[in-house]
Amino acid sequence: MSGYWSGILTILSINIIMAYAIFLPVATGQLNLGGAGFQAVGAYGAAFLSSKYGLSVWETIPFAMALTALVSFLIAFPLLRTKGVYLVLATFAFAEVVGGAILNSTMLGGPMGLSVPAFVEYQVPVLGALLVTIFIFYLMATRFGLVMRAAHDDDVVTDLMGVNVRGIRVAAFTIGGALAGLAGALYAHSFSFVEIQGFNASLSIYVLLYVLLGGTQTAWGPLAGALFFTMLPEALRVALPALKGWMGLAMGFQGARTAPDESWRFVILGILTVLMMMFRSEGLITRVMVEKLRFRHHAVRLARVDAPA
Amino acid sequence: MTAPTPLLSLHNISKRFGGLAVISDVSFDVSAGARMALIGPNGAGKTTIFNLVSGFYQPDEGDIMMEGRAIQTIASRHRIGLGIARSFQNIRLMPHLSVTENIMLGQQARAGGVVELLKPLSFFGHSHWRDEAQALLKDMGLHTYPGEVVANLPYGIRKKIEVVRALVARPKLLLLDEPAAGLNAAETDSLTGFLKRISDTGVTLLVVEHDMGLVRRLCDHVVVLNFGRKIYDGPTANVQNDPLVLEAYLGPRDAASPAKTAEGCHAA
Repeated sequence: MSGYWSGILTILSINIIMAYAIFLPVATGQLNLGGAGFQAVGAYGAAFLSSKYGLSVWETIPFAMALTALVSFLIAFPLLRTKGVYLVLATFAFAEVVGGAILNSTMLGGPMGLSVPAFVEYQVPVLGALLVTIFIFYLMATRFGLVMRAAHDDDVVTDLMGVNVRGIRVAAFTIGGALAGLAGALYAHSFSFVEIQGFNASLSIYVLLYVLLGGTQTAWGPLAGALFFTMLPEALRVALPALKGWMGLAMGFQGARTAPDESWRFVILGILTVLMMMFRSEGLITRVMVEKLRFRHHAVRLARVDAPA
Repeated sequence: MTAPTPLLSLHNISKRFGGLAVISDVSFDVSAGARMALIGPNGAGKTTIFNLVSGFYQPDEGDIMMEGRAIQTIASRHRIGLGIARSFQNIRLMPHLSVTENIMLGQQARAGGVVELLKPLSFFGHSHWRDEAQALLKDMGLHTYPGEVVANLPYGIRKKIEVVRALVARPKLLLLDEPAAGLNAAETDSLTGFLKRISDTGVTLLVVEHDMGLVRRLCDHVVVLNFGRKIYDGPTANVQNDPLVLEAYLGPRDAASPAKTAEGCHAA
Protein backbone atom coordinates (compact mmCIF):
# COMPACT_ATOMS: atom_id res chain seq x y z
CA MET A 1 0.00 0.00 0.00
CA SER A 2 1.32 3.42 -0.90
CA GLY A 3 2.29 5.93 1.74
CA TYR A 4 -0.51 8.17 0.55
CA TRP A 5 -3.26 5.61 1.18
CA SER A 6 -1.85 4.39 4.48
CA GLY A 7 -1.70 8.04 5.58
CA ILE A 8 -5.32 8.58 4.54
CA LEU A 9 -6.46 5.42 6.33
CA THR A 10 -4.66 6.49 9.49
CA ILE A 11 -6.25 9.95 9.48
CA LEU A 12 -9.65 8.49 8.63
CA SER A 13 -9.45 5.98 11.49
CA ILE A 14 -8.42 8.65 13.99
CA ASN A 15 -11.21 10.93 12.75
CA ILE A 16 -13.80 8.16 13.12
CA ILE A 17 -12.69 7.48 16.69
CA MET A 18 -12.77 11.21 17.46
CA ALA A 19 -16.22 11.54 15.89
CA TYR A 20 -17.53 8.81 18.21
CA ALA A 21 -15.80 10.46 21.17
CA ILE A 22 -17.83 13.63 20.54
CA PHE A 23 -20.93 11.70 19.46
CA LEU A 24 -21.51 10.14 22.88
CA PRO A 25 -22.01 13.43 24.77
CA VAL A 26 -23.88 14.90 21.79
CA ALA A 27 -26.24 11.89 21.78
CA THR A 28 -27.21 12.79 25.36
CA GLY A 29 -27.83 16.39 24.30
CA GLN A 30 -24.46 17.88 25.28
CA LEU A 31 -22.53 19.68 22.55
CA ASN A 32 -18.78 19.32 23.03
CA LEU A 33 -16.54 21.82 21.24
CA GLY A 34 -13.44 20.79 23.15
CA GLY A 35 -12.47 17.73 21.11
CA ALA A 36 -8.95 18.98 20.40
CA GLY A 37 -8.30 19.45 24.13
CA PHE A 38 -9.30 15.88 24.98
CA GLN A 39 -7.34 14.49 22.07
CA ALA A 40 -4.28 16.53 23.14
CA VAL A 41 -4.44 15.06 26.65
CA GLY A 42 -4.33 11.55 25.18
CA ALA A 43 -1.67 12.37 22.60
CA TYR A 44 0.68 14.04 25.08
CA GLY A 45 0.02 11.37 27.70
CA ALA A 46 1.13 8.65 25.28
CA ALA A 47 3.97 10.74 23.82
CA PHE A 48 5.36 11.54 27.24
CA LEU A 49 5.41 7.92 28.42
CA SER A 50 6.94 6.79 25.16
CA SER A 51 9.67 9.43 24.95
CA LYS A 52 10.62 9.72 28.63
CA TYR A 53 10.14 6.13 29.82
CA GLY A 54 10.37 4.20 26.56
CA LEU A 55 7.09 2.36 27.19
CA SER A 56 5.51 0.33 24.40
CA VAL A 57 2.26 1.30 22.69
CA TRP A 58 0.43 -1.47 24.57
CA GLU A 59 1.21 0.43 27.74
CA THR A 60 0.90 4.02 26.52
CA ILE A 61 -2.50 3.58 24.78
CA PRO A 62 -4.39 2.21 27.81
CA PHE A 63 -2.72 4.87 29.96
CA ALA A 64 -3.72 7.66 27.56
CA MET A 65 -7.31 6.38 27.52
CA ALA A 66 -7.49 6.13 31.31
CA LEU A 67 -5.93 9.58 31.77
CA THR A 68 -8.32 11.28 29.34
CA ALA A 69 -11.29 9.42 30.83
CA LEU A 70 -10.27 10.60 34.30
CA VAL A 71 -9.86 14.21 33.15
CA SER A 72 -13.24 14.03 31.39
CA PHE A 73 -14.93 12.54 34.44
CA LEU A 74 -13.55 15.24 36.74
CA ILE A 75 -14.46 18.18 34.53
CA ALA A 76 -17.85 16.67 33.62
CA PHE A 77 -19.34 17.72 36.94
CA PRO A 78 -18.69 21.47 36.62
CA LEU A 79 -19.13 21.41 32.81
CA LEU A 80 -22.49 19.67 32.75
CA ARG A 81 -23.92 22.26 35.13
CA THR A 82 -24.00 24.55 32.09
CA LYS A 83 -26.40 24.09 29.20
CA GLY A 84 -26.70 24.86 25.52
CA VAL A 85 -24.38 27.49 24.13
CA TYR A 86 -22.72 27.96 27.54
CA LEU A 87 -21.68 24.33 27.56
CA VAL A 88 -20.25 24.76 24.06
CA LEU A 89 -18.21 27.73 25.28
CA ALA A 90 -17.12 25.92 28.44
CA THR A 91 -15.83 22.89 26.50
CA PHE A 92 -14.11 25.24 24.06
CA ALA A 93 -12.47 27.05 26.97
CA PHE A 94 -11.32 23.72 28.38
CA ALA A 95 -9.52 22.93 25.11
CA GLU A 96 -7.87 26.36 25.20
CA VAL A 97 -6.70 25.77 28.78
CA VAL A 98 -5.20 22.39 27.81
CA GLY A 99 -3.46 24.00 24.83
CA GLY A 100 -2.09 26.86 26.93
CA ALA A 101 -0.89 24.54 29.69
CA ILE A 102 0.97 22.27 27.26
CA LEU A 103 2.46 25.24 25.40
CA ASN A 104 3.93 26.50 28.67
CA SER A 105 5.14 23.17 29.98
CA THR A 106 8.87 22.49 29.53
CA MET A 107 8.30 18.86 30.57
CA LEU A 108 6.04 18.37 27.53
CA GLY A 109 8.33 20.25 25.15
CA GLY A 110 6.30 23.48 25.05
CA PRO A 111 6.13 24.91 21.53
CA MET A 112 8.83 22.45 20.34
CA GLY A 113 6.54 19.45 20.71
CA LEU A 114 7.56 15.93 21.62
CA SER A 115 8.92 13.22 19.38
CA VAL A 116 7.43 9.77 19.90
CA PRO A 117 9.82 6.86 19.48
CA ALA A 118 7.24 4.03 19.47
CA PHE A 119 5.71 3.85 15.99
CA VAL A 120 2.56 2.04 14.83
CA GLU A 121 1.68 1.06 11.29
CA TYR A 122 -1.67 2.13 9.82
CA GLN A 123 -3.22 -1.26 10.68
CA VAL A 124 -3.33 -0.32 14.36
CA PRO A 125 -5.52 2.80 14.00
CA VAL A 126 -7.69 0.95 11.46
CA LEU A 127 -8.22 -1.89 13.95
CA GLY A 128 -8.89 0.69 16.68
CA ALA A 129 -11.54 2.44 14.57
CA LEU A 130 -13.17 -0.89 13.76
CA LEU A 131 -13.37 -1.94 17.42
CA VAL A 132 -14.65 1.48 18.49
CA THR A 133 -17.33 1.40 15.79
CA ILE A 134 -18.53 -2.05 16.90
CA PHE A 135 -18.46 -0.89 20.53
CA ILE A 136 -20.58 2.19 19.78
CA PHE A 137 -23.10 0.20 17.75
CA TYR A 138 -23.39 -2.23 20.66
CA LEU A 139 -23.71 0.59 23.20
CA MET A 140 -26.46 2.29 21.20
CA ALA A 141 -28.41 -0.99 21.13
CA THR A 142 -28.38 -1.33 24.92
CA ARG A 143 -30.67 0.26 27.47
CA PHE A 144 -27.82 2.71 28.14
CA GLY A 145 -28.06 3.84 24.52
CA LEU A 146 -31.83 4.12 24.86
CA VAL A 147 -31.70 6.35 27.95
CA MET A 148 -28.91 8.42 26.37
CA ARG A 149 -31.15 9.23 23.41
CA ALA A 150 -34.12 9.75 25.73
CA ALA A 151 -32.12 12.28 27.78
CA HIS A 152 -31.34 14.08 24.53
CA ASP A 153 -35.02 14.35 23.60
CA ASP A 154 -36.51 15.29 27.00
CA ASP A 155 -34.46 15.20 30.19
CA VAL A 156 -37.41 16.02 32.46
CA VAL A 157 -39.48 13.03 31.36
CA THR A 158 -36.41 10.78 31.31
CA ASP A 159 -35.80 11.71 34.95
CA LEU A 160 -39.43 10.90 35.74
CA MET A 161 -38.98 7.44 34.21
CA GLY A 162 -36.44 6.75 36.95
CA VAL A 163 -33.26 7.54 35.03
CA ASN A 164 -30.37 9.34 36.71
CA VAL A 165 -29.93 11.79 33.84
CA ARG A 166 -26.85 13.44 35.31
CA GLY A 167 -25.19 10.08 35.85
CA ILE A 168 -25.90 9.04 32.26
CA ARG A 169 -24.46 12.30 30.94
CA VAL A 170 -21.31 12.05 33.04
CA ALA A 171 -20.85 8.44 31.92
CA ALA A 172 -21.28 9.36 28.24
CA PHE A 173 -18.83 12.24 28.65
CA THR A 174 -16.28 9.98 30.35
CA ILE A 175 -16.50 7.17 27.79
CA GLY A 176 -16.20 9.85 25.09
CA GLY A 177 -13.08 11.10 26.89
CA ALA A 178 -11.52 7.63 26.83
CA LEU A 179 -12.15 7.43 23.07
CA ALA A 180 -10.62 10.88 22.51
CA GLY A 181 -7.60 9.66 24.50
CA LEU A 182 -7.37 6.63 22.21
CA ALA A 183 -7.54 8.86 19.13
CA GLY A 184 -4.82 11.11 20.58
CA ALA A 185 -2.50 8.21 21.43
CA LEU A 186 -2.95 6.68 17.96
CA TYR A 187 -2.18 10.07 16.45
CA ALA A 188 1.03 10.40 18.49
CA HIS A 189 2.27 6.93 17.60
CA SER A 190 1.26 7.13 13.93
CA PHE A 191 2.97 10.44 13.21
CA SER A 192 5.88 10.00 15.68
CA PHE A 193 5.54 13.61 16.73
CA VAL A 194 3.09 15.77 18.65
CA GLU A 195 2.93 19.54 18.80
CA ILE A 196 0.16 21.51 20.39
CA GLN A 197 -0.49 23.55 17.22
CA GLY A 198 -1.96 20.37 15.75
CA PHE A 199 -4.70 20.36 18.41
CA ASN A 200 -6.25 23.72 17.63
CA ALA A 201 -9.77 25.10 17.54
CA SER A 202 -10.36 24.09 13.94
CA LEU A 203 -9.83 20.43 14.89
CA SER A 204 -12.52 20.77 17.58
CA ILE A 205 -14.85 22.40 15.07
CA TYR A 206 -14.24 19.77 12.39
CA VAL A 207 -14.86 16.89 14.75
CA LEU A 208 -18.12 18.42 15.96
CA LEU A 209 -19.09 18.97 12.31
CA TYR A 210 -18.52 15.27 11.56
CA VAL A 211 -21.11 14.46 14.20
CA LEU A 212 -23.64 17.23 13.57
CA LEU A 213 -23.60 16.93 9.80
CA GLY A 214 -23.28 13.16 9.81
CA GLY A 215 -26.29 12.84 12.10
CA THR A 216 -26.61 12.56 15.87
CA GLN A 217 -29.52 10.15 16.06
CA THR A 218 -27.83 6.88 15.14
CA ALA A 219 -24.33 5.40 15.29
CA TRP A 220 -24.21 5.60 11.48
CA GLY A 221 -24.10 9.40 11.54
CA PRO A 222 -20.59 10.06 12.91
CA LEU A 223 -19.21 7.30 10.67
CA ALA A 224 -20.75 8.92 7.59
CA GLY A 225 -19.67 12.40 8.72
CA ALA A 226 -16.05 11.41 9.36
CA LEU A 227 -15.88 9.50 6.06
CA PHE A 228 -17.43 12.34 4.11
CA PHE A 229 -15.31 15.14 5.54
CA THR A 230 -12.05 13.18 5.47
CA MET A 231 -12.45 11.88 1.96
CA LEU A 232 -14.00 14.97 0.36
CA PRO A 233 -10.81 17.11 0.40
CA GLU A 234 -8.92 14.15 -1.09
CA ALA A 235 -11.54 13.64 -3.77
CA LEU A 236 -11.41 17.35 -4.56
CA ARG A 237 -7.65 17.13 -4.87
CA VAL A 238 -8.25 14.90 -7.88
CA ALA A 239 -11.44 16.50 -9.16
CA LEU A 240 -10.46 20.14 -8.91
CA PRO A 241 -8.05 20.35 -11.90
CA ALA A 242 -10.65 18.61 -14.08
CA LEU A 243 -13.33 20.95 -12.78
CA LYS A 244 -11.23 23.96 -13.68
CA GLY A 245 -10.67 22.52 -17.14
CA TRP A 246 -14.43 22.16 -17.75
CA MET A 247 -15.15 25.63 -16.42
CA GLY A 248 -12.49 27.02 -18.73
CA LEU A 249 -13.99 25.20 -21.70
CA ALA A 250 -17.49 26.34 -20.85
CA MET A 251 -16.36 29.94 -20.70
CA GLY A 252 -14.44 29.61 -23.93
CA PHE A 253 -10.89 30.00 -22.62
CA GLN A 254 -8.18 28.62 -24.87
CA GLY A 255 -4.76 27.24 -24.14
CA ALA A 256 -3.02 25.68 -21.15
CA ARG A 257 -4.25 26.35 -17.62
CA THR A 258 -2.33 26.31 -14.36
CA ALA A 259 -3.37 23.86 -11.65
CA PRO A 260 -5.85 25.49 -9.26
CA ASP A 261 -4.78 26.73 -5.86
CA GLU A 262 -5.09 24.15 -3.04
CA SER A 263 -7.18 26.49 -0.93
CA TRP A 264 -10.10 26.17 -3.37
CA ARG A 265 -10.73 22.75 -1.88
CA PHE A 266 -11.67 24.38 1.39
CA VAL A 267 -13.92 26.90 -0.31
CA ILE A 268 -15.90 24.05 -1.85
CA LEU A 269 -15.87 22.17 1.44
CA GLY A 270 -17.29 25.28 3.14
CA ILE A 271 -20.04 25.68 0.56
CA LEU A 272 -21.03 22.01 0.88
CA THR A 273 -21.14 22.39 4.66
CA VAL A 274 -23.50 25.35 4.40
CA LEU A 275 -25.70 23.51 1.89
CA MET A 276 -25.90 20.50 4.18
CA MET A 277 -26.90 22.66 7.12
CA MET A 278 -29.65 24.17 4.99
CA PHE A 279 -31.05 21.02 3.44
CA ARG A 280 -30.23 18.26 5.90
CA SER A 281 -30.11 20.02 9.24
CA GLU A 282 -30.65 16.78 11.16
CA GLY A 283 -27.56 15.29 9.52
CA LEU A 284 -26.82 13.06 6.55
CA ILE A 285 -28.13 9.94 8.25
CA THR A 286 -31.31 10.29 10.28
CA ARG A 287 -33.21 7.85 12.41
CA VAL A 288 -36.16 7.83 10.03
CA MET A 289 -33.86 6.97 7.13
CA VAL A 290 -32.27 3.99 8.94
CA GLU A 291 -35.71 2.82 10.08
CA LYS A 292 -37.02 2.95 6.51
CA LEU A 293 -34.19 0.78 5.24
CA ARG A 294 -34.64 -1.65 8.11
CA PHE A 295 -38.41 -1.65 7.66
CA ARG A 296 -38.14 -2.78 4.09
CA HIS A 297 -36.40 -5.96 5.28
CA HIS A 298 -38.74 -6.34 8.21
CA ALA A 299 -41.89 -5.89 6.16
CA VAL A 300 -40.80 -8.63 3.78
CA ARG A 301 -40.12 -10.97 6.72
CA LEU A 302 -43.44 -10.16 8.39
CA ALA A 303 -45.32 -10.69 5.16
CA ARG A 304 -43.80 -14.15 4.93
CA VAL A 305 -44.61 -15.06 8.53
CA ASP A 306 -48.16 -13.70 8.43
CA ALA A 307 -49.04 -15.20 5.09
CA PRO A 308 -51.80 -17.80 5.50
CA ALA A 309 -50.61 -21.34 4.86
CA MET B 1 -62.11 0.99 63.61
CA THR B 2 -59.66 2.64 61.24
CA ALA B 3 -60.36 3.45 57.61
CA PRO B 4 -57.94 1.86 55.12
CA THR B 5 -54.94 4.08 54.34
CA PRO B 6 -55.61 6.02 51.13
CA LEU B 7 -53.19 5.38 48.28
CA LEU B 8 -52.39 9.08 47.90
CA SER B 9 -53.26 11.71 50.37
CA LEU B 10 -52.55 15.46 50.34
CA HIS B 11 -52.48 17.18 53.73
CA ASN B 12 -52.86 20.97 53.80
CA ILE B 13 -50.67 21.56 50.75
CA SER B 14 -49.67 25.12 49.90
CA LYS B 15 -47.44 26.28 47.08
CA ARG B 16 -46.43 29.82 46.20
CA PHE B 17 -44.46 31.12 43.22
CA GLY B 18 -43.04 34.41 44.42
CA GLY B 19 -46.02 36.33 45.77
CA LEU B 20 -48.60 34.23 43.93
CA ALA B 21 -50.33 31.54 45.98
CA VAL B 22 -50.99 28.81 43.42
CA ILE B 23 -52.19 26.18 45.88
CA SER B 24 -53.68 27.17 49.23
CA ASP B 25 -54.25 24.62 51.94
CA VAL B 26 -55.53 21.82 49.72
CA SER B 27 -56.24 18.40 51.20
CA PHE B 28 -57.81 15.35 49.62
CA ASP B 29 -57.45 11.58 49.52
CA VAL B 30 -57.30 9.22 46.57
CA SER B 31 -58.31 5.73 47.67
CA ALA B 32 -56.76 2.68 46.07
CA GLY B 33 -58.55 1.58 42.90
CA ALA B 34 -60.48 4.86 42.55
CA ARG B 35 -61.15 6.67 39.29
CA MET B 36 -60.96 10.26 40.37
CA ALA B 37 -61.06 13.54 38.47
CA LEU B 38 -59.41 16.82 39.38
CA ILE B 39 -61.22 19.66 37.63
CA GLY B 40 -61.42 23.43 37.78
CA PRO B 41 -61.20 26.50 35.56
CA ASN B 42 -57.90 27.38 33.85
CA GLY B 43 -55.24 28.43 36.32
CA ALA B 44 -56.94 26.68 39.24
CA GLY B 45 -53.76 24.77 40.11
CA LYS B 46 -54.57 21.30 38.74
CA THR B 47 -51.31 20.78 36.89
CA THR B 48 -49.43 22.24 39.87
CA ILE B 49 -50.94 19.47 42.02
CA PHE B 50 -49.61 16.93 39.49
CA ASN B 51 -46.20 18.56 39.50
CA LEU B 52 -46.14 18.43 43.29
CA VAL B 53 -47.10 14.76 43.37
CA SER B 54 -44.63 13.78 40.65
CA GLY B 55 -41.85 15.75 42.34
CA PHE B 56 -41.10 18.66 40.02
CA TYR B 57 -41.92 21.05 42.86
CA GLN B 58 -41.82 20.74 46.59
CA PRO B 59 -44.77 22.08 48.58
CA ASP B 60 -44.12 25.12 50.78
CA GLU B 61 -46.36 23.60 53.42
CA GLY B 62 -48.09 20.31 53.99
CA ASP B 63 -47.39 16.65 53.39
CA ILE B 64 -47.87 14.43 50.36
CA MET B 65 -48.43 10.87 51.56
CA MET B 66 -48.15 7.79 49.35
CA GLU B 67 -49.48 4.71 51.15
CA GLY B 68 -49.04 6.51 54.45
CA ARG B 69 -45.47 7.64 53.83
CA ALA B 70 -44.48 11.31 53.37
CA ILE B 71 -42.82 11.60 49.96
CA GLN B 72 -42.45 15.34 49.35
CA THR B 73 -38.67 15.27 49.90
CA ILE B 74 -38.06 12.25 47.65
CA ALA B 75 -36.40 13.13 44.31
CA SER B 76 -38.66 13.02 41.26
CA ARG B 77 -36.79 10.17 39.63
CA HIS B 78 -37.38 7.88 42.61
CA ARG B 79 -41.14 8.47 42.67
CA ILE B 80 -41.88 6.07 39.83
CA GLY B 81 -40.37 3.40 42.07
CA LEU B 82 -43.04 4.30 44.65
CA GLY B 83 -45.71 3.61 42.06
CA ILE B 84 -46.44 7.10 40.71
CA ALA B 85 -46.48 7.61 36.94
CA ARG B 86 -47.94 10.42 34.87
CA SER B 87 -48.74 11.72 31.42
CA PHE B 88 -48.49 15.32 30.27
CA GLN B 89 -50.90 17.94 29.03
CA ASN B 90 -48.88 18.37 25.84
CA ILE B 91 -47.66 14.94 24.81
CA ARG B 92 -44.09 14.38 25.90
CA LEU B 93 -43.00 11.25 24.11
CA MET B 94 -39.43 11.12 22.85
CA PRO B 95 -39.84 12.30 19.24
CA HIS B 96 -36.70 10.62 17.88
CA LEU B 97 -37.41 7.25 19.47
CA SER B 98 -39.65 4.60 17.98
CA VAL B 99 -42.91 3.56 19.61
CA THR B 100 -41.33 0.41 21.03
CA GLU B 101 -38.36 2.38 22.35
CA ASN B 102 -40.65 4.84 24.11
CA ILE B 103 -42.40 1.91 25.77
CA MET B 104 -39.05 0.37 26.73
CA LEU B 105 -38.12 3.65 28.37
CA GLY B 106 -41.20 3.18 30.55
CA GLN B 107 -39.75 -0.16 31.69
CA GLN B 108 -36.73 1.66 33.08
CA ALA B 109 -38.11 1.76 36.65
CA ARG B 110 -38.15 -2.05 36.66
CA ALA B 111 -34.77 -2.41 34.94
CA GLY B 112 -32.44 -0.65 37.36
CA GLY B 113 -28.76 -1.47 37.79
CA VAL B 114 -25.69 -1.19 35.62
CA VAL B 115 -25.94 -4.77 34.33
CA GLU B 116 -29.41 -4.18 32.85
CA LEU B 117 -28.18 -0.90 31.38
CA LEU B 118 -25.43 -2.65 29.45
CA LYS B 119 -27.47 -5.60 28.15
CA PRO B 120 -28.48 -5.19 24.52
CA LEU B 121 -32.12 -4.57 23.64
CA SER B 122 -31.55 -5.44 20.02
CA PHE B 123 -28.22 -6.75 18.83
CA PHE B 124 -28.37 -10.24 17.46
CA GLY B 125 -32.06 -10.78 18.17
CA HIS B 126 -34.56 -9.40 20.69
CA SER B 127 -34.38 -9.06 24.44
CA HIS B 128 -37.31 -9.98 26.67
CA TRP B 129 -37.81 -6.25 27.30
CA ARG B 130 -38.48 -5.61 23.64
CA ASP B 131 -40.72 -8.68 23.37
CA GLU B 132 -42.70 -7.51 26.40
CA ALA B 133 -43.09 -3.99 24.97
CA GLN B 134 -44.34 -5.34 21.66
CA ALA B 135 -46.73 -7.76 23.33
CA LEU B 136 -48.19 -4.90 25.37
CA LEU B 137 -48.60 -2.76 22.27
CA LYS B 138 -50.46 -5.63 20.69
CA ASP B 139 -52.74 -5.96 23.75
CA MET B 140 -53.55 -2.27 23.53
CA GLY B 141 -54.26 -2.44 19.82
CA LEU B 142 -51.25 -0.30 18.93
CA HIS B 143 -49.08 -3.00 17.39
CA THR B 144 -49.25 -1.64 13.85
CA TYR B 145 -46.59 0.96 14.60
CA PRO B 146 -43.73 -0.79 16.47
CA GLY B 147 -40.72 0.66 14.65
CA GLU B 148 -42.30 3.92 13.60
CA VAL B 149 -40.64 7.07 14.92
CA VAL B 150 -43.12 8.78 17.23
CA ALA B 151 -42.93 12.19 15.56
CA ASN B 152 -44.65 10.70 12.47
CA LEU B 153 -47.76 9.37 14.24
CA PRO B 154 -51.23 10.93 14.56
CA TYR B 155 -52.08 12.84 17.72
CA GLY B 156 -54.65 10.40 19.13
CA ILE B 157 -52.26 7.46 18.81
CA ARG B 158 -49.48 9.40 20.50
CA LYS B 159 -51.84 10.21 23.40
CA LYS B 160 -52.48 6.51 23.93
CA ILE B 161 -48.83 5.60 23.60
CA GLU B 162 -47.96 8.09 26.31
CA VAL B 163 -50.45 6.40 28.64
CA VAL B 164 -49.04 2.96 27.78
CA ARG B 165 -45.52 4.22 28.49
CA ALA B 166 -46.60 5.37 31.95
CA LEU B 167 -48.32 2.01 32.44
CA VAL B 168 -45.38 -0.30 31.71
CA ALA B 169 -43.69 0.94 34.87
CA ARG B 170 -46.58 -0.91 36.59
CA PRO B 171 -47.61 2.08 38.68
CA LYS B 172 -50.20 2.00 41.44
CA LEU B 173 -51.27 5.55 40.70
CA LEU B 174 -51.53 7.00 37.20
CA LEU B 175 -51.80 10.78 36.86
CA LEU B 176 -53.33 11.79 33.51
CA ASP B 177 -53.14 15.45 32.55
CA GLU B 178 -55.95 16.26 30.09
CA PRO B 179 -55.89 12.93 28.24
CA ALA B 180 -58.78 13.97 25.97
CA ALA B 181 -57.48 17.43 25.02
CA GLY B 182 -57.34 17.76 21.25
CA LEU B 183 -59.17 14.49 20.57
CA ASN B 184 -62.40 14.27 18.56
CA ALA B 185 -65.52 12.54 19.91
CA ALA B 186 -64.67 9.12 18.49
CA GLU B 187 -61.12 9.28 19.78
CA THR B 188 -62.38 10.37 23.21
CA ASP B 189 -64.78 7.40 23.32
CA SER B 190 -61.96 5.06 22.40
CA LEU B 191 -59.75 6.65 25.07
CA THR B 192 -62.46 6.32 27.73
CA GLY B 193 -62.78 2.60 27.05
CA PHE B 194 -59.00 2.31 27.09
CA LEU B 195 -58.77 4.04 30.50
CA LYS B 196 -61.55 1.87 31.93
CA ARG B 197 -59.63 -1.24 30.91
CA ILE B 198 -56.55 0.15 32.64
CA SER B 199 -58.58 0.90 35.76
CA ASP B 200 -59.97 -2.64 35.74
CA THR B 201 -56.44 -3.99 36.09
CA GLY B 202 -56.27 -2.31 39.50
CA VAL B 203 -54.48 0.93 38.63
CA THR B 204 -55.76 4.00 40.46
CA LEU B 205 -56.50 6.92 38.14
CA LEU B 206 -56.32 10.62 38.94
CA VAL B 207 -57.37 12.60 35.89
CA VAL B 208 -57.22 16.31 35.13
CA GLU B 209 -59.80 16.90 32.41
CA HIS B 210 -61.97 19.63 30.94
CA ASP B 211 -64.18 17.25 28.98
CA MET B 212 -67.03 16.70 31.47
CA GLY B 213 -68.45 13.94 29.28
CA LEU B 214 -65.32 11.88 29.84
CA VAL B 215 -65.26 12.75 33.54
CA ARG B 216 -68.90 11.63 33.96
CA ARG B 217 -68.37 8.36 32.12
CA LEU B 218 -65.02 7.52 33.68
CA CYS B 219 -64.82 8.96 37.18
CA ASP B 220 -66.86 8.25 40.26
CA HIS B 221 -65.33 10.97 42.41
CA VAL B 222 -64.42 14.59 41.67
CA VAL B 223 -62.29 17.24 43.37
CA VAL B 224 -62.82 20.79 42.12
CA LEU B 225 -60.19 23.49 42.52
CA ASN B 226 -60.64 27.22 42.02
CA PHE B 227 -57.85 29.77 42.49
CA GLY B 228 -55.77 27.15 44.27
CA ARG B 229 -58.47 26.23 46.79
CA LYS B 230 -60.56 23.11 47.00
CA ILE B 231 -64.24 23.97 46.56
CA TYR B 232 -65.75 20.53 46.07
CA ASP B 233 -64.81 16.98 46.97
CA GLY B 234 -67.47 14.37 46.38
CA PRO B 235 -69.32 12.11 43.95
CA THR B 236 -69.40 13.05 40.29
CA ALA B 237 -73.19 12.92 40.20
CA ASN B 238 -73.62 15.92 42.50
CA VAL B 239 -70.91 18.21 41.21
CA GLN B 240 -73.10 20.04 38.71
CA ASN B 241 -75.53 21.15 41.34
CA ASP B 242 -72.96 22.47 43.76
CA PRO B 243 -73.38 26.25 44.13
CA LEU B 244 -69.66 26.97 44.63
CA VAL B 245 -68.73 24.96 41.53
CA LEU B 246 -71.40 26.71 39.47
CA GLU B 247 -70.13 30.06 40.63
CA ALA B 248 -66.54 29.16 39.79
CA TYR B 249 -67.43 28.11 36.26
CA LEU B 250 -70.27 30.48 35.43
CA GLY B 251 -69.70 33.53 37.58
CA PRO B 252 -71.71 34.80 40.57
CA ARG B 253 -75.33 33.75 40.65
CA ASP B 254 -76.83 37.25 40.41
CA ALA B 255 -75.11 37.82 37.10
CA ALA B 256 -77.62 36.32 34.64
CA SER B 257 -76.74 32.63 34.68
CA PRO B 258 -78.00 30.23 32.06
CA ALA B 259 -77.54 27.26 34.37
CA LYS B 260 -80.70 25.18 34.45
CA THR B 261 -80.63 24.18 38.08
CA ALA B 262 -83.35 24.46 40.64
CA GLU B 263 -81.46 27.26 42.34
CA GLY B 264 -80.62 29.01 39.11
CA CYS B 265 -84.31 29.47 38.25
CA HIS B 266 -85.49 31.25 41.34
CA ALA B 267 -84.85 34.74 40.00
CA ALA B 268 -87.30 34.21 37.17
